[in-house]
Amino acid sequence: MPYRQTLTVLSAMLKQGKISAVELVRCYLDRIQRFQNLNAFIAVDEEGALIQAESADQLRMQGEATNLTGLPIAHKDIFCTRALKTTCGSRMLENFVSPYDATVVERLAKVGFISIGKTNMDEFAMGSSTETSYFGHTCNPWDRNRVAGGSSGGSAAAVAARLVPAATGTDTGGSIRQPAAFCGLTGLKPSYGRVSRYGMIAYASSLDQGGPIAQTAEDAALLLQNMAGLDRKDSTSLDRQVPDYMATLNRSISGLKIGVPKEFFDSSVDQSILTAAHSALAEFEKLGAQLIDISLPNSAAGIPCYYVIAPAEASSNLSRFDGVRYGYRTESYGDLKEMYEKTRNEGFGAEVKHRIMIGTFALSTGYYDAYYRKAQQIRRIIAEDFRNAFYHCDYIAGPTTPTTAFLLGEKISDPVSMYLSDIFTITVNLAGIPAISMPVGFDNKGLPIGLQLTGPSFDESGLLNMTHRYQQVTDWHWQLPKEYL
Amino acid sequence: MSIHKSTIERIANLARIGIDAGNIDQYSRDLSEILDLVKKMDSVSTDNVEPLAHPQDIELRLRPDQVTEPNHRERLQNMAPATDQGLYLVPKIIE
Repeated sequence: MPYRQTLTVLSAMLKQGKISAVELVRCYLDRIQRFQNLNAFIAVDEEGALIQAESADQLRMQGEATNLTGLPIAHKDIFCTRALKTTCGSRMLENFVSPYDATVVERLAKVGFISIGKTNMDEFAMGSSTETSYFGHTCNPWDRNRVAGGSSGGSAAAVAARLVPAATGTDTGGSIRQPAAFCGLTGLKPSYGRVSRYGMIAYASSLDQGGPIAQTAEDAALLLQNMAGLDRKDSTSLDRQVPDYMATLNRSISGLKIGVPKEFFDSSVDQSILTAAHSALAEFEKLGAQLIDISLPNSAAGIPCYYVIAPAEASSNLSRFDGVRYGYRTESYGDLKEMYEKTRNEGFGAEVKHRIMIGTFALSTGYYDAYYRKAQQIRRIIAEDFRNAFYHCDYIAGPTTPTTAFLLGEKISDPVSMYLSDIFTITVNLAGIPAISMPVGFDNKGLPIGLQLTGPSFDESGLLNMTHRYQQVTDWHWQLPKEYL
Repeated sequence: MSIHKSTIERIANLARIGIDAGNIDQYSRDLSEILDLVKKMDSVSTDNVEPLAHPQDIELRLRPDQVTEPNHRERLQNMAPATDQGLYLVPKIIE
């Protein structure tokens, strides 16, 4: 069954001629069609993917293929693509075709990946359930009555159901890690500045970061290797050497210290998640790692702080959607102001409007110091909490989420309860550090549980190494929802 | 903290979002709830703490002030709702 293989295995199969890129792409296109009811994709590029596959096979015949030539991948619909519309899950961009490819899209295409389609997401990445998408919610393959998480829920559902072997995502407050946890996958949010944001539609520019959603740490490493690195087109992309992530996957983790913050193991977390997290930590101990108690005393301030900074940046970023240069424009209007106001009221969904309004408020005269400045100060305190913790340990471990995948509709009408589902992931974005979520078990409803490992800035290779070693001695990451076997 | 209707109207105006009059109460309730959450920041003392704007706490890189792109006017205007002779069309703003 080719669709049950990882990128790493598929790469070998292509190389050995066991399967052609065309056969592989057809296999995934069939599955995408068959499992349409997950609503994981906003657009599928059937024709384009087959053309790319044919040319991949040709390159291979001519001996010009790389190890990655012909591997299918899906992109979150926040990444600009010339071949397909880029909607960002919004009515505002329902018919938007970008004049250029995002750097991430371009780099992955250049090394041989075949872009098969664009995945569903919360509108402008604002949400934790993929329910705010203008194109309908995505279902969780483990239980179709439940959310796949968000905002990269389409990417996670697509990989979990093996409609594609891996996908890109973006993470502003947990949008890679939370859906990865809800769908039983490995999802990595790189350090801020590691992956170019060029062509990635901005939500909160000081927090947004692209990364891989994959079946294994090995696949995540392979993807990150080809996504990361300086890009002059993004002034926030940092000039740091990109190490060989594959080379260090098998390094011994003996003697490494894992910090266990007491704040992440309290009674607000599902018992089944605490149990699974503790078992995973015990597994790491068997691998030679050492557990130490640490504290991240200001974690609780993360969510309030985020819900000032992210909306403030969003209110500024989304001011570009004015119905003049691209995107939706309202049907009938009188003057220019009415055109703006109707366009934005009709083009944006409720959650996006909420966040623009909160951000506008926080930045408005008389409120700036009490909200925005205060949030930025707390941001420093949170970043310093992490820095202090890393004096005592190499990595920090805890649950990725306080619950497993919740029911569709359960939180969508109560924004604050939705926000709280990101409690363990959000501080990582505020601090700009990398974190990974890996599957570590199931609850009594058969829903996947994720463990989050956080590391110091630019130590993605350490996170991948830790996760890979764990995945060598466990098989949670190989589990598939029955219907999709 | 409860946000008054007039504040909602003011913010909506600043954000250029023409919210329907019938929805103002709902906005007021939703935004008040979010601000209640946000006010929990006050439990953290931030005296003498420098604000952190960039997560890596560094200055952004500047690029040389050079033209690097050719003229893409046609391609870019293809995606605009209304253009004419290379111009973007909007309602008349000067009588």
